[in-house]
Amino acid sequence: MTEIFGIPVQAFMGQLLIGLINGSFYALLSLGLAVIFGLLNIINFTHGAQYMMGAFCAYLLLNKTGIGYWPALLIAPVIVGATGVLVERTMLKRLYNLDHLYGLLLTFGLALIIQGLFRNEYGTSGQPYAMPQALSGGHNLGFMFLPNYRAWVIAASLVVCLATWFIIERTKLGSYLRAATENPALVQAFGINVPRMITLTYGFGVALAALAGVMAGPIYQVSPQMGADLIIVVFAVVVIGGMGSIMGSIVTGFGLGIVEGLTKVFYPEASNTVIFVIMAVVLLFKPAGLFGKER
Amino acid sequence: MFAIRKLTAAAVALALAATAAQAQVSDGVVKIGVLNDMSSLYADIGGPGSVIAARMAVEDFGAAKKGMKVEIVSADHQNKPDVGSQIARQWIDVDKVDVIIDVPNSGVALAVSQVVRDKGKAFLNTGAASSDLTGKACSPNTIHWLYDTWMLAHGTGSAVVKTGGKSWFFITADYAFGHALERDTAEVVTHSGGKVLGAVRAPLNTQDFSSFLLQAQSSKAQVIGLANAGGDTINSIKQAAEFGIVKGGQSLAGLLVFLSDVHGLGLDKAQGLVFTETWYWDMNDASRAWAKRYAAANGGKYPTMDHAGVYSAVLHYLKAVEAAKTDDGTKVIAKMKEMPTDDPLFGKGRVRQDGRKIHPAYLFEVKKPSESKYPYDYYKLRATIPADQAFRPEKDGGCSLVK
Repeated sequence: MTEIFGIPVQAFMGQLLIGLINGSFYALLSLGLAVIFGLLNIINFTHGAQYMMGAFCAYLLLNKTGIGYWPALLIAPVIVGATGVLVERTMLKRLYNLDHLYGLLLTFGLALIIQGLFRNEYGTSGQPYAMPQALSGGHNLGFMFLPNYRAWVIAASLVVCLATWFIIERTKLGSYLRAATENPALVQAFGINVPRMITLTYGFGVALAALAGVMAGPIYQVSPQMGADLIIVVFAVVVIGGMGSIMGSIVTGFGLGIVEGLTKVFYPEASNTVIFVIMAVVLLFKPAGLFGKER
Repeated sequence: MFAIRKLTAAAVALALAATAAQAQVSDGVVKIGVLNDMSSLYADIGGPGSVIAARMAVEDFGAAKKGMKVEIVSADHQNKPDVGSQIARQWIDVDKVDVIIDVPNSGVALAVSQVVRDKGKAFLNTGAASSDLTGKACSPNTIHWLYDTWMLAHGTGSAVVKTGGKSWFFITADYAFGHALERDTAEVVTHSGGKVLGAVRAPLNTQDFSSFLLQAQSSKAQVIGLANAGGDTINSIKQAAEFGIVKGGQSLAGLLVFLSDVHGLGLDKAQGLVFTETWYWDMNDASRAWAKRYAAANGGKYPTMDHAGVYSAVLHYLKAVEAAKTDDGTKVIAKMKEMPTDDPLFGKGRVRQDGRKIHPAYLFEVKKPSESKYPYDYYKLRATIPADQAFRPEKDGGCSLVK
């Protein structure tokens, strides 16, 4: 059978596909982070905890109220997004004029608190969350067995990512948002309610994280640790893509998912660290990130 | 400042000297340190539950009635050997801890064993797996209480090979424990006439095993051996179901599985899993009674075998301190090897010269959801391995303490 770099073509294609699946989670999460940082200048370390809250929200909706996966895809982001709005109104608002570091510290502290509370209640082994019936099973593509659910994840996150990019870069609402980031006073003078836009944007970024959490529920364990393990990698993705660039984080998310997938084939022990190695290299040569602009 | 402390300690010791037995216990207090993973993938196996188990042992020993002052402290080693050894050092040097207990994660356990040996204290390891702790890394200050990779390999490994699983592929946690478990199980497989087709090393605390499972699938091995534990095992099994691994004819061998893992997976994902443990809460009346007491103190969560191990080890330790009239580490460990063990959970047993505690091992199979009648009713007993066969023969370990 034909081989690429010493492994059979089938295995290679299979790993590429898996890398793409992981990449879609990275893209979805880094999109939320990029939106929040690019437009609000806040480094949102709570993102991982909000991803976890989305998954737990879906779990609780199913187990306490019987609401299944499909409604949870809409309800959980709304609920978690609302908590995000609350956080922004009460705490983050006071930090806009200060150094980035304060926002980072606040959101980091919040992440630790939220994770600790959930861990106290649920332990770390995680809760089982059943896969929706319509998406279970899979197709044998010949070179690998592709679970339907994973295919759905790729498709859904592509759609959400592109839709978000479109709204921010190509619509009037998006242009208001971008203008408000550059010069809030001027935009406010035109009669646009800037503080409310900012609050809703933060809520939207948080909702994106929660959506990723709901999608992760059926394949990863719903556990208080799930965000903490992912958030560091996602930050690396955002830094590589360029902190303010929406398209950058989408492309980089998928790209790095593939790179990580290939590393798992050739040298699995390094799969945890390859993204950080790339981040270090990129920062050396292009500090603003691959798609970023110097601020 | 320290002079005042010493004075107070001396005064306390004198005050307790009335009961004579305490005169040689350092500072008048037997201090127990529970060191484990409190926040990450192994936290449900030991974690805060081990502190509860230790407290129950101190109560049941009747320390207060005997006039023995026993204190318990705990800390999180975060699965990092450097953090674990630093905590151990500080506990021993500054906080006067006399015995360290639990320590899951073989990397941390090996590091802490060395620290405790250098300082002459006692180390009762219930949580870690590596058989090296009583093999080439054995120490006169360490007792490996509960289980090890040799027992798991021979218990689960031979059982799976006997039922037809001849070709194996390993998914291994890339650190001391995973390597030891893979090594011991591969030995059993090849000895029984099977073949190891390959292995892939996954970093500890991996979230997504899809890539590794794919490699295991394409190897066409009959058995995929999971040489990992806790959250890693749960994720591997859950994602294997997604990729249709069992439906495609391969079987999964969970080489180290705890009650908390089965609980986290749910019976519909975990059913049929076969593995070896040394204790299960529903095996006899004494264990059941203890488990219900424990669950009441732990928010309804039932104990894993690690919690039972902590209870058993602390009980035997305190008996040995009482008999030896000291809490000097090396002397108490020697006493623990001299005295046969007996507790409500593990029954009668003994500790060998190489530091290995001996008790029977049990092959369990996870019940189907329809077979489970009450909460935590998860296992059915498939076989019992007698104590003298369950663990590696003393002379084979390469331990320098064995003459």
